[in-house]
Amino acid sequence: MTEQQFNLDTVEHAADTPDTELPWAELGLKENEFDDVKKILGRRPTAAELAMYSVMWSEHCSYKSSKVHLRQFGQKVTEEMKKDLMVGIGENAGVTDIGDGWAVTFKIESHNHPSYVEPYQGAATGVGGIVRDIISMGARPVAVMDPLRFGAIDHPDTARVVHGVVAGVGGYGNSLGLPNVGGEVEFDPCYQANPLVNALAVGVMRHEDIRLANASGVGNQVVLFGARTGGDGIGGASVLASESFDDSKPSKRPAVQVGDPFAEKVLIECCLELFKGSIVEGIQDLGAAGISCATSELASNGEGGMHVDLTKVLLRDPSLTPGEILMSESQERMMAVVSPANMGAFEAAMRKWDVEYSVLGEVNDSRRLTIEWDGEIIVDVDPRTVAHEGPTYERPLARPEWQDAVQADRFAGSDADADRPSGKALRAAVLELMASPNLCSKDWVTDQYDRYVQGNTALSQPDDAGVVRVDEETGLGVALSTDANPRYAYLDPYEGARASLAEAYRNVATSGARPVAVSDCLNFGSPEDPAIMWQFAEAVRGLADGCMELGVPVTGGNVSLYNQTGGQAINPTPVVAMMGVLDDVARRTPSGWEASQDGQAIYLLGETAEELDGSEWARVRGHLGGLPPKVDLAAERLLGDLLVNMSRDGIVDSAHDVAQGGLAATLSEACLRFGVGARIGLGEVAERDGVDAFTMLFSESQARAVAAVPRTEEVRFKDMCTARGFAFARIGVVDAENGALDVQGEFSLDLAELRAAHEGTLRRHFG
Amino acid sequence: MAQPPVTLETPLIADLRQDAPDSRLAEVRVGVVTFPGTLDERDAARAVRLAGGTPVPLWYQDSDLRDVDAVVVPGGFSYGDYLRAGAIAAKAPMMAEVARAATAEGTSGSAPLPVLGICNGFQVLTETHLLPGSMIKNDHLKFLCRDQRLAVESTATPWTADFEAGEEIVVPLKNQDGQYVADARTLEALEAEGRVVFRYVGENPNGSRNGIAGVANARGNVVGLMPHPEHAVEPGFGASSSGRGDVAMRSGTDGLRIFSSLLHQLVSA
Repeated sequence: MTEQQFNLDTVEHAADTPDTELPWAELGLKENEFDDVKKILGRRPTAAELAMYSVMWSEHCSYKSSKVHLRQFGQKVTEEMKKDLMVGIGENAGVTDIGDGWAVTFKIESHNHPSYVEPYQGAATGVGGIVRDIISMGARPVAVMDPLRFGAIDHPDTARVVHGVVAGVGGYGNSLGLPNVGGEVEFDPCYQANPLVNALAVGVMRHEDIRLANASGVGNQVVLFGARTGGDGIGGASVLASESFDDSKPSKRPAVQVGDPFAEKVLIECCLELFKGSIVEGIQDLGAAGISCATSELASNGEGGMHVDLTKVLLRDPSLTPGEILMSESQERMMAVVSPANMGAFEAAMRKWDVEYSVLGEVNDSRRLTIEWDGEIIVDVDPRTVAHEGPTYERPLARPEWQDAVQADRFAGSDADADRPSGKALRAAVLELMASPNLCSKDWVTDQYDRYVQGNTALSQPDDAGVVRVDEETGLGVALSTDANPRYAYLDPYEGARASLAEAYRNVATSGARPVAVSDCLNFGSPEDPAIMWQFAEAVRGLADGCMELGVPVTGGNVSLYNQTGGQAINPTPVVAMMGVLDDVARRTPSGWEASQDGQAIYLLGETAEELDGSEWARVRGHLGGLPPKVDLAAERLLGDLLVNMSRDGIVDSAHDVAQGGLAATLSEACLRFGVGARIGLGEVAERDGVDAFTMLFSESQARAVAAVPRTEEVRFKDMCTARGFAFARIGVVDAENGALDVQGEFSLDLAELRAAHEGTLRRHFG
Repeated sequence: MAQPPVTLETPLIADLRQDAPDSRLAEVRVGVVTFPGTLDERDAARAVRLAGGTPVPLWYQDSDLRDVDAVVVPGGFSYGDYLRAGAIAAKAPMMAEVARAATAEGTSGSAPLPVLGICNGFQVLTETHLLPGSMIKNDHLKFLCRDQRLAVESTATPWTADFEAGEEIVVPLKNQDGQYVADARTLEALEAEGRVVFRYVGENPNGSRNGIAGVANARGNVVGLMPHPEHAVEPGFGASSSGRGDVAMRSGTDGLRIFSSLLHQLVSA
């Protein structure tokens, strides 16, 4: 179709030419969906309308396969859970009241497919997109974190993706002045051609500053501002994010957006100035589906209608067709609704920050979204049918037939378990575990991120959670952790999702913060495969049930489907982001012991059973089968309560959760954090729990943490645990002199040797 | 300063006591310049405030120094590092004023304006030709964020007068274009004239010539420093070590002394 024909495809022309062939399939629509569009409009869509419906009805934008399941997040809630929730699911990001008039908004999103095609730009614009979501709620962004998942560490393509993604996350986030305070890095062959790049941003605002995306007030101006619109990212949401990769299709590189962090930094400051002066009535960021999304969502959320003249859009490339302009995902753009009385102030803010803008149209009472091009109407739709009333699928789901066989394949007794280490061999096993790609130090990655900017970072990687101060006067702040255990979720999606939730909850509580809100990023394979759909449904059910048990609401999130290449799907990867509140971040608990803690008692909270299926030790030995560790959320809640209260009362000086890699990883990390050793004795606790030293060290039983307790606080510590009926055992002392992790009767591991193994892995692979 | 110099009547120890801030320090006005893309201006202002002075925001398009007694050009990515880091910011009206005041001949009683450029601010100062040399991409080509040991090699600047020559400090380093380069003659002159103010201790983090982390102009009033002293000013949010030995996590505040040094110099001038 030539540009000329596109220009001429007006609403009138469409009504007169019902039989014109349209490229609906190339744009990602299914035949039944195309028929629905025709039914809604009572005629064939124009080329521009087709462009809008195709992106807005894509899986990425419409959640058409997932929303029947996601409803549980809104249904499985109690009044208690809603107490602090100021804005819930459905807006750009949820907002939570953290007290003293402060509100916090945070959200996690995926940018997976673009990051495989073009790692640097894909990752960079992933950060940019989530930050714009946060700004559009009225908040100042204060931190980011990025859970990243790559293919096998030694695969020839992995270095390309790792270098690009890490440099992209850093290049964009560092330039915005946002501290990167945590995240995850995982390597697994299942992500070989489907790396996962999830990006979280958190922002803070005063209660009165909350802004919502809606267009109301007849006569108010619709203004597009920020970067110019170009030809990048066309079809990003539809043909890139909502399909599986397949060698037979042409390169998808043009569908990746290109980021300009400088433009975004200026846009942040400019928006904050607009908010401060209450200059805008409504605001919406331009992300997936660009102007199509912004106009239809603003109009749909408002009460009236909207008219827009597309020729007013400032372009980088004057040859773009109206359809391309509607679909372009050019970055660093925002759309605002401004009353005529405020236009002067709006223009002054744009001038101050040197930001380009153009008035595209205005809000009216037509209840329609109409778009003109060169004086001709090319779009005339009910905005709700575009933005909110897209297709909904009850996709067939079926427990995979291989699930039973996988669950029956226990680690214990398998070939991989043939040489289970004991005694002196445990030393080599700990070294091997701590050097393995998934438990090695991630400094190589996080040293490429700025963790200091803004001067409010109280904890960051490798501590359990990132902690950021919100109020400089009182010390009020938030803690954030993102966690997923895709191996557990592969073995049992319901329990695996709950384990991810439990770990995020535990991490936040370990840092001393009271967990208050969840955002999730659900990364799965193709929803058209009933087995994948079952994994998805089970994981969502697990999260929704789990949130109810923990009393923490889901405030928003994102679903990323079609993460598969050539029929090979990723392990189900429900990433849970947990936010917690600390009344004073000065009370945050570090994850390791410092030299000043010499002689403090080390306690293990919780009980250990032989739970090695899906563990990191099993991964080191090349095994994945069996049943994941049992998740007991009542116990997690009790443990969290203990850790938060002990932090507040100064009963623990450091604490670290026990998760992937078990107690071996927890003790190693706590020693390496500040280079201070420990003397550990496992005999008594192993006898209490009826397990051997190997199991004590490598099992991944849940609801456990290690805490270092000053001698003067031991009585209170024991009393608190006893009062709550929570198991505890004194397993050793901090030793600032020996420079070793000394597990008595088993082995002694010099910290320098442990550090060399732990920190060498990523440097060796990526330089 | 607007006020005439005040003679020291209170015991010197008062300057060091945090709970009894010296009211004369609060009268020192330290300008902090913001360009589009500046990131660390709030941190720099906080550092001035915690040292006891009064931070004064300066906007790049203005030409009014607002009666400040000193200027900090903070870090960030002004203009997205486009063209060259600091190159576009160097052409801003505010920088013309800063350059004028920093190079003023100085009649009796008015010393030239003390200026500190941090990271991108250092790059701006070299682009403004207030300082010699320039910065290129780190030799390892990556952004690097870490706590950095530095030796304070010159105390002949208002920003370092409180230190002892050769004293070691720790402040965060974070940059992508931090490799200091200059021609051999310039390097020789800098070394000979004692104008290397800060030098990296231990492993050179970016390939900087002679391990140079910071330099001064010939008169010593203008200093550029690649690492970030403004990120090591507050217990709980600073570096995780200190030149003075072990400190609690994130409680290294060596950077604060650079700002207090300036204030002490200005009140005793």
